[in-house]
Amino acid sequence: MKYHKPQDFDEASRLAAGAKGATRFLAGGTDVLVQMRADVFTPDEIIDLKHIPGVKDITRRADGGWTIGIAVSGAEMSEHADLHAEWPGLVEAMDLIGSTQVQGRATLVGNLCNASPAADSVPAMIAAGVTVTVTGPNGSREVAVEDIPTGPGKTALARGELISAVNIPARGDHGGDAYERFIPRTEMDIAVVGVGINLRLDGDTVTEARVGLGAVAPTALLVQEAADAIIGTTLDDAALDKLAAATSAACKPINDKRGTVEFRTHVAGVLARRVALTAYKRAKG
Amino acid sequence: MALDEYKPQKGGTEYDPEKTEFTFVGTRPDRPDGLDKVTGRAKFGADMSAPGMLHAAIVRSPHAHARIVKIDTSKAEAMKGVKAVVTRADFADDIPFKPGMGGELWNVLENVMAGEKALYDGHAVAAVAATSALEARDAAKLIEVEYEVLPHVTDVDKAMAPDAPVIRAGTRDRSVPEGFNENVVRYHESGHGDVESGFAEADLVIEDHFKTEATHQGYIEPHACLAMLGNDGKGELWCCTQGHWNVQKLCAALVGIEQSQLRVTASEIGGGFGGKTAVFIEPVALALSRKANRPVKLVMSRSEVFRATGPTASTSMDIKIGMKKDGTITAAQGTFRLQGGAFPGAPCEFTAMCAFAPYALENVHQVGYDVMTNRPKQAAYRAPGSPMAAFAVESVIDELCKQLDLDPIEVRLKNASKEGTKASYGPRFQRIGLVETLEAAKAHPHYSAPLKPGQGRGISCGFWFNHGGETSVTLAMSEDGSAQLMVGTPDIGGSRASMALMAAEELGIPYENIRVTIADTASLGYNEVSHGSRVTYASGLATIQAARDTVRKLKKRAADKWGIDEDAVYWEDGYAKPSGPNAGEFEPMHISKICAKMGATGGPIVGHYEATPEGAGVSFATHIVDAEVDPETGKTSVVRYTVVQDAGKAIHPTYVEGQYQGGAAQGIGWALNEEYIYGEDGRLQNSVFLDYRIPVASDLPMIDTVIVEVPNPGHPYGVRGVGETSICPPLAAIANAVSAAAGARLRELPMSPPRILAALEKQANG
Repeated sequence: MKYHKPQDFDEASRLAAGAKGATRFLAGGTDVLVQMRADVFTPDEIIDLKHIPGVKDITRRADGGWTIGIAVSGAEMSEHADLHAEWPGLVEAMDLIGSTQVQGRATLVGNLCNASPAADSVPAMIAAGVTVTVTGPNGSREVAVEDIPTGPGKTALARGELISAVNIPARGDHGGDAYERFIPRTEMDIAVVGVGINLRLDGDTVTEARVGLGAVAPTALLVQEAADAIIGTTLDDAALDKLAAATSAACKPINDKRGTVEFRTHVAGVLARRVALTAYKRAKG
Repeated sequence: MALDEYKPQKGGTEYDPEKTEFTFVGTRPDRPDGLDKVTGRAKFGADMSAPGMLHAAIVRSPHAHARIVKIDTSKAEAMKGVKAVVTRADFADDIPFKPGMGGELWNVLENVMAGEKALYDGHAVAAVAATSALEARDAAKLIEVEYEVLPHVTDVDKAMAPDAPVIRAGTRDRSVPEGFNENVVRYHESGHGDVESGFAEADLVIEDHFKTEATHQGYIEPHACLAMLGNDGKGELWCCTQGHWNVQKLCAALVGIEQSQLRVTASEIGGGFGGKTAVFIEPVALALSRKANRPVKLVMSRSEVFRATGPTASTSMDIKIGMKKDGTITAAQGTFRLQGGAFPGAPCEFTAMCAFAPYALENVHQVGYDVMTNRPKQAAYRAPGSPMAAFAVESVIDELCKQLDLDPIEVRLKNASKEGTKASYGPRFQRIGLVETLEAAKAHPHYSAPLKPGQGRGISCGFWFNHGGETSVTLAMSEDGSAQLMVGTPDIGGSRASMALMAAEELGIPYENIRVTIADTASLGYNEVSHGSRVTYASGLATIQAARDTVRKLKKRAADKWGIDEDAVYWEDGYAKPSGPNAGEFEPMHISKICAKMGATGGPIVGHYEATPEGAGVSFATHIVDAEVDPETGKTSVVRYTVVQDAGKAIHPTYVEGQYQGGAAQGIGWALNEEYIYGEDGRLQNSVFLDYRIPVASDLPMIDTVIVEVPNPGHPYGVRGVGETSICPPLAAIANAVSAAAGARLRELPMSPPRILAALEKQANG
């Protein structure tokens, strides 16, 4: 096994493009190292991104949004007061992953690139309209989070490409986000269903909304029909019923050890209602 | 009461009703092993190493049922660093196959290393030892096994069907009636009276069907051992086990050496709950060590623990109970089908015998079936078989109470077994404490506390036999008057503290002055495994007797010094004292003074006790549970939990309470989310803790405990075992609480959210 420690993303990209055999990028390592120890997957080359300058920074951009370094841990996000205040749904989704120890290492980008349909931070990022900067042999491009995973364990990243930053949009006025997942226990578990909703209000009326849905399809989904169900409403019961129905309708789950098709489809609608109400309350301030 | 007045009866092990004042017993000092455990100094199974040690890995079947056509080890043996490879051919070949439990030694061997067939996903088929753990892992991948995959079955009801694939023809014993699939290997039937006439007397008869999935003990420490076996047939084994004499006996037979030539030392143990009463990796490590002539360390991964150790049996049960309007149970009948994997041994007789034990019944009948499937060989799990029986029986009693509008505790009190009751499984009960637990539960503030909307309350009783077993203890005095106590039962629940308290009580020296050691197999006579809730009872009884033997010897030294008869000396608070004016005027002699001179006054002072005590008193408990169910998602929270249990006499109340709370905590996991999930391919789907959902700390409420003390007539202080009874009521108590909260009866465990939601929908749709 070869271990690389690049000093910038271009070097990381070159290393990945030239690697022989299976390659893994290392940031927090909470998937890569665990898979190695459990003898699930042992890469031939590891490219450690933690030593690239700036990867541990949370930066306020000029447009009011945030740039999150690819090695920023969940714990660092949770303890960042301004980020947490503006994007509580996104920060709390990240905070749900793993234990306190895992929170000290786990990253948004790792959660995204591991490409598990049940990744908690992904529906929350989709709802928030987060994009990532992808660096590759042909330079950089910005990609919406929902376009990164293409199936369980698979991403849209080409050979030699890697994510070099996470871009959270400006919060703006009268907006709020929330994320909830269903697990049979209280913590330390994998989502059976996860719903993230971000919305903006004009008075009592929802003017913008995005709904991200996790663990009910091969990838996390952006559900436009669910958003449409509440845009233009005051989130009354009729709107919530439509939201729940549209969310359930978008589910394409499987029966597995974590839940049945019927259960996941039903609970997705239940969570959508609850999450929308929380986001609405937060948007009202 | 001075000890010299103690009149032993039948070997001196009966309860002494006059011994009611205690100095040390009933106090709560820190456990002697506590500091080692919280600082990481304690040595567990995987913590031992030896010079020149090799690491081992086991090749396991990926198939639920397959004929092993060929095993090619040549590539692994050619790999650098590999020092030995073993298959079934490297184990004893003279152990006979016999039907039923008569061939248990063959069953253990077949489970440790597959012979002609792999019988479940995870069954060991070969093993390799190499100079590093990584090399061993890679070498294991180079061992090529050719399988002919066979049809499999993992569900108990399906395994009983006439057309089910037969796991192993010829295994059923003579107890099984005609007409069953050969997978039904043992049969039990017991009871008394006439249930049909009993049902005819009832105002309401309820008959229902229940299922429970297999669960794992979930001990935090995976199995681990360090083995050394020479070609001279002499061996040393360090391992994590609940009983090292049993390990010695089984391993010696499986690798074909004399028992006494294998010295086994038990490490500290990170949980067992019955699951570490068997051998899995130890014989394999010994066989590898003999072949490599080097020490071999073998440590299981969590996935191996789930796939290839011994979970509990899964069950399918039918219960029929008749009740009068006043709550009198007129008859009870139960059918209990248990699958215990690819070997006989599922505890169908315990399930059947415990099912109705809490109740005094004129008419009762129970049958049990032991059924084989393509799953790992079940092992004991805390009161094996009893929790599942209680789940089914107590659910039906709850439903009867509900439909007849009766209070569930009053109904249980009305029917409760008492001293003299003919038990559902045969004998008459001696003094027991079921009524006392029910009265304490009724009086507890929990039982009358108001419930919030969406919450429900459940009650259940539970029963376990408890056990005595072969026990030997040695207590050796040191020159400074402190004492070394050697017991042979691994400490799985704070027993060193309890032993030290009982020895301190008898010797009259401080708790801290007693060092309790779990002796290796070369240092004591045979000790049965730490199981059956037997340790505080049996090793405790032996400790008391060994201490009394020591005190007799101490008094003799004082008597000799004073030149008086030893009967004229009594023992009090660590001093030998002349028993009265007629004995003479002598200054009381302290234990330290006697021991300081022991070399010159007759030699070392050592007390012994060896016996198989048979007076383990049975034990009962009553649990109260409040649960809250989210009707939209089926998610359950246990919001309040109270355990009331008869301990006979609590030696160290904190560790008794710990057992009560632990039983409730494991029961919550078993009831709500834990289960073995097999796919269509017969492979275990959830062999890691992420998907095998034991409760995390935040899933549990604070668990309140009430210790009831109704003395066991068979122990000098009245001790009853407490470790297992605490897991008998939770499944039923939680199911009754959840059913009340949900407004729908839950008949299948675990009561996972999808199952609860499905039950709610079924109820809503009529």
